[in-house]
Amino acid sequence: MLAAALRKELLLQWRGRGQLMAVFVFGAAALLLFSFAIGPNSEALRMFSGGFLWLGLLLSSTLTLAESFHAEMENRALEGLLLLPASPRALYYGKAIANWLQLTILGVALVPVMVVLYDAGTTELLKLLAVILLGTAGLSAPGTLYAAMTAQLKAKQTLLPLLLFPLIVPALLASVKATSFVITGDPMGQLKSWILLLIAFDLIYWSLCGVLYGRVIED
Amino acid sequence: MRKGNLFVGLGVLLLLVGSYWGLFVAPKERFMGDVQRIMYVHVPTAWNWMIAVLFSFWCAIAFLFRNNMKWDSRLEAGLEVGTVFAFLLCCQGAIWAKPTWGVWWDWDPRLTTTAVLLFACLGILALRNFVDDPVKRAIWSSVATIIASVDLPIVYFSVKWWNSLHQQQSTPQTVSSAFHLPLRLNAFGVLFLMIGFIMLRTRIAAARLERELAEPPVRIGEEAGELA
Repeated sequence: MLAAALRKELLLQWRGRGQLMAVFVFGAAALLLFSFAIGPNSEALRMFSGGFLWLGLLLSSTLTLAESFHAEMENRALEGLLLLPASPRALYYGKAIANWLQLTILGVALVPVMVVLYDAGTTELLKLLAVILLGTAGLSAPGTLYAAMTAQLKAKQTLLPLLLFPLIVPALLASVKATSFVITGDPMGQLKSWILLLIAFDLIYWSLCGVLYGRVIED
Repeated sequence: MRKGNLFVGLGVLLLLVGSYWGLFVAPKERFMGDVQRIMYVHVPTAWNWMIAVLFSFWCAIAFLFRNNMKWDSRLEAGLEVGTVFAFLLCCQGAIWAKPTWGVWWDWDPRLTTTAVLLFACLGILALRNFVDDPVKRAIWSSVATIIASVDLPIVYFSVKWWNSLHQQQSTPQTVSSAFHLPLRLNAFGVLFLMIGFIMLRTRIAAARLERELAEPPVRIGEEAGELA
């Protein structure tokens, strides 16, 4: 059941892949703008590069998350989905995993932009990928749940970030810290504790949101 | 007289006595001077803010299990009072921090957690404003409240790892005995005030809900058609 839900989401995303491209351009433009806020100080830019990457990803994520329920809202498709013999949990995890995948692709695509703009190169690509995977998982779990609520409302563009931003403070903090340690070096060995925090955040929200999703979309 | 009004009156009375005591009778603190006197409202607000947050969390869980709309009215009241208290806490903290630490704001775990929760509560209240269907509104705000409440300890610990400077929590054990009485009086004053506010606000929420859920008036033509 989960496989079918996931397949549906991935197919939808593949057919609407132009949107991901547009969101990527948005994120890259945000990264470019952040450097103007700091000024042409290459040392400071490199130092804050992790923060900028995650802020850019966070801003872009509200676009992809809000868009992910677009198809469900058309022609009352959500009600049709609920009539199928599929559990709401499978629908949620299908959507959340697809969003996670999309955000990971977006994050990975933004890394070269960050490296070029902020001179923030690193050789520990696997560690960076792990941080991006864990951080985007933290964005995707509550983001998908909140998108399911706000997609049904008039003010969805405002409400989704309003609800999501305060919530993902720990995930953002941990992702920024971990990314900075990967880029600028980690002499004190602090990376591990931030990774653990991210894992804990992910575990809590992937289970909690899956439980609560059924109540959110029930009619 | 309504019980809510009674609690508010009692709370105001206690706050007046406690604040008078704190401002004019209690001795001056040796290091911080008169600035420290803000503790007499700041610490009681902080304690009661936590009670308001726990109350909202409880209401959200109770609603999801019981599906009784009275818990939704209570949740609305708890969230609003919690938001006001969080805002007060940030303001009082900033007033105290400027002369003591030299800055209005500091990225301390408790301060940051309060600010995060303030924004989370504002988000949930905004969400409530935009949902027209009362049942959906109740479910969604309960879900959002539970998610935000679970987040609080994580925010607290993550910010604690990130940065720390706040002084030790003030409780009667860490404060010299001369400061006890006004602190206790005000703690109960704010507690009663909060209980009163939540009760009164719950009544308003319940009355609004009742109006929303009331059957739309039957038009005379339709009624006549049914009879025929």
